[in-house]
Amino acid sequence: MSSSRLEILNDGGLRHDARRPYELRSTSFELSTHPSAEGSSTVTQGLTTVQVSIFGPREPRQRSNASHDRAILSVEVGVVPWAQGAGGKRVRGDKRLQEIGASIRQTFEPVIMTHLYPRSEIAIDVQVLSADGGILPTSINAVTLALISAGISLLDYVTSISIGLHLTQPLLDLSQPEESDLPNMVVASLPTSGKITLAQMETRLHVDRFEEMLNLGVEACKVLKNEMELVVKDKTRKIVDRMEIKSGAAMIVDE
Amino acid sequence: MFVIKTVPPSSTQTFADDMPATHRKHQIEIDAMQVDEDEYGAGPSKRTIVTPGEIITSSKEYMRGHGTYVEEVNVVSSVTGTIERVNKLISVKPVRSKYTPEVGDLVIGRIVEVGPQRWRVDANGRQDAVLMLSSVNLPGGVQRRKIESDALKMREFLAEGDLLVAEVQAFFGDGAMSLHTRSLKYGKLRNGQLLTVPPQLIRRLKSHFHHIPPPCGPSGVDIILGLNGFIWVSSGTSQEKREGGEGFDSEGVYSDKNDDITPEGRQAISSVANLIKVLADQGIPLTDTLIEEASNWMNQNQLPIGPLVKNDEQRLLAEVVGVDVTE
Repeated sequence: MSSSRLEILNDGGLRHDARRPYELRSTSFELSTHPSAEGSSTVTQGLTTVQVSIFGPREPRQRSNASHDRAILSVEVGVVPWAQGAGGKRVRGDKRLQEIGASIRQTFEPVIMTHLYPRSEIAIDVQVLSADGGILPTSINAVTLALISAGISLLDYVTSISIGLHLTQPLLDLSQPEESDLPNMVVASLPTSGKITLAQMETRLHVDRFEEMLNLGVEACKVLKNEMELVVKDKTRKIVDRMEIKSGAAMIVDE
Repeated sequence: MFVIKTVPPSSTQTFADDMPATHRKHQIEIDAMQVDEDEYGAGPSKRTIVTPGEIITSSKEYMRGHGTYVEEVNVVSSVTGTIERVNKLISVKPVRSKYTPEVGDLVIGRIVEVGPQRWRVDANGRQDAVLMLSSVNLPGGVQRRKIESDALKMREFLAEGDLLVAEVQAFFGDGAMSLHTRSLKYGKLRNGQLLTVPPQLIRRLKSHFHHIPPPCGPSGVDIILGLNGFIWVSSGTSQEKREGGEGFDSEGVYSDKNDDITPEGRQAISSVANLIKVLADQGIPLTDTLIEEASNWMNQNQLPIGPLVKNDEQRLLAEVVGVDVTE
């Protein structure tokens, strides 16, 4: 794979996977995909799939880490060996994953209402099942859904997206070949208020383009949130209906 | 989506225990709620579902309860669930969450640590619960003074990994539970198996100890529904033994040895456990009557021994609960 010869935008204005510049990859959100975790989710964006399991709030595994007035977050990130295919680039050791874990922790620490869970630990386990660019944004989206399914108090959804720049054209939701070729950034925001909890860059970017890309990312986050909310409400409606099965029958008996 | 096809056959079911919360409220309270019913209907299927960040109402008129926070002038939801309102207090009840204990709750827990004068118990809460040596019954007399030699023998009574059933006695300042086992009904568990289900599926009932009589196993099957989502299914005992009457073995309370259970008894335990798993996997609230109905259904249908096959599962859910899961 010679990514240097990759045509980022062709003459028709389409990207290498036939998307338009502002088009997101196909997404799928699933809730409660882990049988024993308090909350879990599997999020697929394009060819990137991430499963997140939340354990807790629970007694901290290392009691020395506990904080007397709030919950601590511990994030573990793992990539399954087959995630990137046989010929793909290996994820560089633990460092890279630790960095993603730290970004996830910093993104969620101000959003989770940790003061409600004193002296406890919320363990977030992120498993990348297949990687095709955008591991961090997909993981953040999956963590949001898993926290929601675990019933942990949040200020808002947190949604995240990667944004790249080709010449002067911003591109949304980069795939792996684009990510390695283009200057890019990751934005995570609270969609209701438009506040930004994470803006991360590993490449250099012209300052004139930064604001445009940031605004674009925040808009894309709102779109993702709407998609997520549909799935969450649908799932919740099912659970609520099931919870009321017996009371529904009781009311018929009452009449 | 599923469709409720039929009302479950209600021959022996009593529904006194599983009325919706609104039915248990004081009449005046219900009237007060109905005055301004227009915004948030309390009807079972019309409950409003909110997700984090969703504005519920303006905080000028309402007070915020659990599951909400105030931002500027609005009450905003912080969890996914249904809006519950008592007069001017608005809270959001999450559909799934960690167990939130209340004093008097019956819980099942596992000892994780033996400490000075106390055991730490994992009771599926946000923190480990504490069982003080002074809040257990020791062998040889219900109201005996705890002496120093008892403190040294704590591991003989309850060691790490032991399961016990207890009641929530009080809370510590940080919200951790303090448990007690000062009743003959409580104490160490043996002769059975533990199941874990979401705590929301277990409602507060008149009694959380339930006995399914034979033909479900030679001596029946005992079920303890812990409010923390732990369920203990064990070999049945006679009524006197359960309630500490004739034949109650006060010395055997802390025994580690299982009784001899016949193969038929073991089958009965695991088939009841399977039933509970099937119901819990579908998110159906568990009550003693429901489990007993399901167990009767199993006996009537003479199903083969072993876990339910998918087909039988669907029949059970349709015929006993009235839920169609064929899609």
